[in-house]
Amino acid sequence: MAEIQENNSGKDDGKKGKQKKMTIRVDFTPMVDMNMLLITFFMLCTSLSKPQTMEISMPSKDATEEEQTKLAASRAVTLLLGEDDKVYYYFGEPNYADYTSLKETTYEPDGLRAILLARNSNVVAQVRELKQKLQNHEITEEEFKAQSTEIKKDDSAPVVSIKGTDAASYKNLVDALDEMQICDISRYAIVPLSEGDSWLIENLKSGGDLGRNSDFGQQTN
Amino acid sequence: MARVKVKKQSTFIDMTAMSDVTVLLLTFFMLTSTFIQKEPIQVSTPSSVMETKIPEINILQILVDDDGKVFMSLDKQEDRVAVLQKMGEEYGISFTDEEINKFRLSPSFGVSISQMKSFLALPSEQQDAVLKDYGIPIDSTDNQLKAWVKNARSQNKELCIAIKADQKTPFPIINTIMTSLQDIRENRYNLITTLKVVSDNN
Repeated sequence: MAEIQENNSGKDDGKKGKQKKMTIRVDFTPMVDMNMLLITFFMLCTSLSKPQTMEISMPSKDATEEEQTKLAASRAVTLLLGEDDKVYYYFGEPNYADYTSLKETTYEPDGLRAILLARNSNVVAQVRELKQKLQNHEITEEEFKAQSTEIKKDDSAPVVSIKGTDAASYKNLVDALDEMQICDISRYAIVPLSEGDSWLIENLKSGGDLGRNSDFGQQTN
Repeated sequence: MARVKVKKQSTFIDMTAMSDVTVLLLTFFMLTSTFIQKEPIQVSTPSSVMETKIPEINILQILVDDDGKVFMSLDKQEDRVAVLQKMGEEYGISFTDEEINKFRLSPSFGVSISQMKSFLALPSEQQDAVLKDYGIPIDSTDNQLKAWVKNARSQNKELCIAIKADQKTPFPIINTIMTSLQDIRENRYNLITTLKVVSDNN
């Protein structure tokens, strides 16, 4: 719908040859309609954000046992991902005789994160200092990365084994891996659950009854 | 009777500016967004603080729903064709050109190789409807996921494996997939998550 308006004021009767002044107006309404349709289409059929990803590298099958034996007991933390978003943990070697050696916590910031941050306080403090420097533009992004990997190699830093029980969900696993990231723990592994670990959980749930009534604890000790 | 003469006024609204705005918006959406891939099942991925973005090309995505059904998707058509042919060779099934062509056009797949022929014979609308009832077998006796991933890897060395699983997926299923990948020496892969913001001071 384009419309051409003539300026008909009747003055140009005598003067031949002079061009008539015209204003050309093009109606853009259909164009807007079409654009709106296209925008709607793009909004519905595309996604703006690309999904995030968490890179993990598992040890290759042959190296698993070697890695396991190298682990010093004082640094080891074992997480057992339990049912109903519960997580159990113990430090060092499992203690089958004392059922309270296994503790229960949650994935909340004051649960698992607090424990891991406390265990890893040395590294966390250093990394935080480094982050502060980065924010003040004292160091570059590359330097920050290089130095933080260096700090995370600290020999006193905890080594975490994550073991999932059958009742755990994928969300629990990702949450646990997430805590590793937040707590600057660089050494962690997803390890299959051993029989002793599931026994420990059962024992904790029964309040130590299982340990008193069976000789599993004595055997393995 | 003298009527008040209403002056005829043109109700012409100039839409040029409006058109400018919509074209700008359209350009923005076209440049920034990516098309949503058609997936046989809807999954809600768990959230994490990781900010790494997934690469855009060469992705082998393993899709797991909360019942433990496993699907796969490859983003390159030629890879899909080659992988299907290799799978056919491995399991002694030969596919006709028509079947291969149908397989090429569906971005995700997840049917046991023995049922693949009858599945590909279905018209494509029906394929979409029934695909979610299938799934690649991952049991220890018949682990076809391993074969699919292995063949995909031999076809395209730069493939990046990504696991996209529902947050309610039971851990044993994830564990089976992880050990399957470990068995074929695929030790580096990605877990797809959505972004969660955590403040620095807790």
